[in-house]
Amino acid sequence: MFITFFLELRKAKVPATLREYLTLIEAMEKGVPEYRVEDFYYLARATLVKDERNLDKFDRVFGQCFNGLEFIGAGSEITAEIPEEWLRKLAEKVLTEEEKRQIEALGGWDKLMETLKKRLEEQKGRHQGGNKWIGTAGTSPFGAYGYNPEGVRIGQDKSRNRRAVKVWDKREYKNLDDSVEIGTRNIKIALRRLRKFAREGAELELDLPDTIKSTAANAGYLDIKMVPERHNKVKVLLLFDIGGSMDDHIRVTEELFSAARAEFKHMEFFYFHNCVYEKLWKDNRRRHTEFIPTWEVLRTYQHEYKIIFVGDATMSPYEIVQPGGSVEHWNEEAGSVWMQRLLDTYPKAIWLNPVPEKYWDYTPSVQLMRQIMGNRMFPLTLDGIERGMKELNR
Amino acid sequence: MKFTGTESYVATNDLNVAVNAAIALERPLLVKGEPGTGKTVLAIEIAKALNAPLLTWHVKSTTKAQQGLYEYDAVSRLRDSQLGDERVKDIRNYIKKGKLWEAFTSDVRPVLLIDEIDKADIEFPNDLLLELDRMEFFVYETGETIKAKVRPIIVITSNNEKELPDAFLRRCFFHYIRFPDRETMEQIVEVHYPGIQKTLVRDALNIFYDIRETPGLKKKPSTSELLDWLKLLMAEDLPPEALRTKEQGKLIPPLAGALLKNEQDVHLFERLAFIARRERG
Repeated sequence: MFITFFLELRKAKVPATLREYLTLIEAMEKGVPEYRVEDFYYLARATLVKDERNLDKFDRVFGQCFNGLEFIGAGSEITAEIPEEWLRKLAEKVLTEEEKRQIEALGGWDKLMETLKKRLEEQKGRHQGGNKWIGTAGTSPFGAYGYNPEGVRIGQDKSRNRRAVKVWDKREYKNLDDSVEIGTRNIKIALRRLRKFAREGAELELDLPDTIKSTAANAGYLDIKMVPERHNKVKVLLLFDIGGSMDDHIRVTEELFSAARAEFKHMEFFYFHNCVYEKLWKDNRRRHTEFIPTWEVLRTYQHEYKIIFVGDATMSPYEIVQPGGSVEHWNEEAGSVWMQRLLDTYPKAIWLNPVPEKYWDYTPSVQLMRQIMGNRMFPLTLDGIERGMKELNR
Repeated sequence: MKFTGTESYVATNDLNVAVNAAIALERPLLVKGEPGTGKTVLAIEIAKALNAPLLTWHVKSTTKAQQGLYEYDAVSRLRDSQLGDERVKDIRNYIKKGKLWEAFTSDVRPVLLIDEIDKADIEFPNDLLLELDRMEFFVYETGETIKAKVRPIIVITSNNEKELPDAFLRRCFFHYIRFPDRETMEQIVEVHYPGIQKTLVRDALNIFYDIRETPGLKKKPSTSELLDWLKLLMAEDLPPEALRTKEQGKLIPPLAGALLKNEQDVHLFERLAFIARRERG
């Protein structure tokens, strides 16, 4: 019945399954929703979407598939009462000269109206969506959004249309899509993926050897001994690129930092500029006086620390491969040497890059850094952090 | 038997549909949403509306799925055997019923709330798959099968701290409680404090939504915090004008501690309020 809709959802990467689709049909049969599109929308949403991140995708697909549904509803007459004058005036305002010529080519206004009526006739009873029939923003010259974003709605008089904007057209769940928004709480949850595995199998457990010993000492009467729960033992070293091109990404980096601070008990952070060299520092204002040699970091923090670099890796390639390539000072050894040292000491490492993934290929230094990291570079989005945490857990 | 909210709970249309679908198809309903938007209260209100008994199972990080079914208290049995207690002969005496068992054996259809399922171990939801699907389980110690007399209405809440397994999600209905818009919020306030001064509510909501829209807040205030704040305002018997005060040195609204729970957030809000005031002149 709604198979097209279901398939469109799958195509839009909403992970709906057959079982859920069958549940929807079952619910329809039991008459759960009243016969209103909105109720059907709510029901379909509750059945097919199981993660708020997919709600926005769902809304978009729903809008595509079911737009115009209510005016082709069962038994209702097709009404295409468009004041022609009005349409023409509107078109004059909106259309370019070229578009007007195209309309002329279609046979002028009268012809256009005729085609429209014909289409409406043909459309009777079909509401699976598609791009020929009257719908949204399609290639067809008819229908809502056809002429301008406000949309010329066809055959919708006020009484039939309670609200101009449909619930699904409002797209209220837009910012729950995980490729877009990033906030402290969201990051915390993403970072928790790291904790989760550290806690796996954690429980209050019976200390059997101690219990036997104590029971024996207690003249055979039971004396239960428990061992305390194991705690989150993940240790994290965060290295932030600061200043220069990173200024554009300050907000998201700050959020990541405050989330990480709350999430990991064993967390250390240091700053570097563009690439890691022989010095790191903790206070950016006093970076020239109060620093810690990178060698000392390598000695102090054991190899079980997981290391996360945060930086845009956008610099001159010389800053990575060339001794003395740093923009700020004379570095005896190349950045890549230092990077390699860190990676050798801390095999669990990732690089989070605030620059969107699609631009990485255009900057040679990003590619270079990615190579050094062995491809373990992830974008600084929720999805990227999640992928990174997975990598760190491997 | 349709759920349409109660006297003390404003349910939006989409929530009603989700709840009714879960009731009609006898499948669990998974509810997510910002903290403080009434996820847990929902189960209580469904029970109230349908006049059904409510069973709650609060999940903690140490909770095991088995505990919801039953627990065999081997340790007491061992102790009793040492003391020569008669009860020791019957293993049934040492089987403690869990919440699911209680729900399955209830004579009238109960509402079972499994609260904060994401707090538990990652395997927890998987361990409950079959039990929630077929609504039956097997007790190894006594060899009996416990089968639900009437399938309970199950409401599961999650704060999104862990991702739930797909197999589990497939078996549930899902509803995400969106943060209420102003209109709904006014209704909610009215339901909780009937007869509250309209002007007070209006001004309070202005401030509340202003605070929520402050960029960069660590923790946005939620519905339950708004309700607490209003209660405080009423208890203090502050005149509505107090909320609109433009005096110098009073940058943050009275009793804002109920809304902002973090000193960084308070500072941030003060700073922004100061800037806003300076711009206004």
